[in-house]
Amino acid sequence: METRGKLKTENWMQLQFEARSENESLARLAVASFITPLNPTLEEMADVKTAVSEAVTNAILHGYEEESGVVYISCRLVGDLLEVEIEDKGKGIENIELAMEPLFTTKPDEDRSGMGFSFMEAFMDELEVESFPGQGTRIMMKKKLGTGGWFEV
Amino acid sequence: MSQQQYQVIRDFLCIKMPKEIDHHHAETISRRADQFICQEKVNNIIFDFEETDFMDSSGIGIIAGRYKKVQVFGGKIYVVNAGVQVKRILSLSGLQQYIIWMKKDRKKNAEGRSQVTWKREEN
Ligand SMILES: Nc1ncnc2c1ncn2[C@@H]1O[C@H](COP(=O)(O)OP(=O)(O)OP(=O)(O)O)[C@@H](O)[C@H]1O
Ligand SMILES: [Mg+2]
Repeated sequence: METRGKLKTENWMQLQFEARSENESLARLAVASFITPLNPTLEEMADVKTAVSEAVTNAILHGYEEESGVVYISCRLVGDLLEVEIEDKGKGIENIELAMEPLFTTKPDEDRSGMGFSFMEAFMDELEVESFPGQGTRIMMKKKLGTGGWFEV
Repeated sequence: MSQQQYQVIRDFLCIKMPKEIDHHHAETISRRADQFICQEKVNNIIFDFEETDFMDSSGIGIIAGRYKKVQVFGGKIYVVNAGVQVKRILSLSGLQQYIIWMKKDRKKNAEGRSQVTWKREEN
């Protein structure tokens, strides 16, 4: 019984894809499906999708500057805690603190508003950014989910 | 949907926003809207979110970018039928103060034909 219980409440998945904007919806949907068994509320679902969309868009748009590259997503569920990591091996961020300021953007002329990090912060419980210029960026986010709890399949 | 996605009524451009608005969809919408602003001299833009159930910061970029263009001529930005997710994104971004919020009402008139009216919505 103990092991069964453990198996049921721990899960993980990894996904990697070409840095193309077409794949942004794939990334959101994959993470959304992954958390579905936890019976999250509509709001939690929207929060996670938005945060994933922001991090993936940043990887494609800023990390790889819309050129070829791979975006890596890795998700883990431990009980009702979701951990998501989104990584690129693109150009990296010079000044992380500045980049995370609301409204700060390096692409104002391309209709970017500098709200991506603010949304990740607002919609997830924890946000951590690791980045090295010339090597890439890793976004780590956590969120406690599902007042509904796991349901039996 | 695409044939009527952009509609010009006098100096208003009405854009029916897609189901999902992300970076992938945003560039085309901004580009098409700018064509109407330049060529058809529309002053005001109505963003209709009736069909939208997902929007990220790319949507903020579309609206803020268009606002900057039309406000020069005194134009205004209207948002119609925004759902909870879209509203939350717009208010977190601080854009809501530049927006006129509208709600679409579908009613049947005396002859039984359905009629659409837009009402101002207080937020
Ligand atoms: N993966 C990344 N690689 C390199 N630079 C990044 C990455 N993610 C973010 N940045 C930098 O951080 C800045 C702020 O990111 P943020 O997502 O908050 O705003 P934005 O992407 O510019 O605009 P928005 O997300 O509102 O469209 C970006 O303009 C960019 O310079
Ligand atoms: Mg961003």
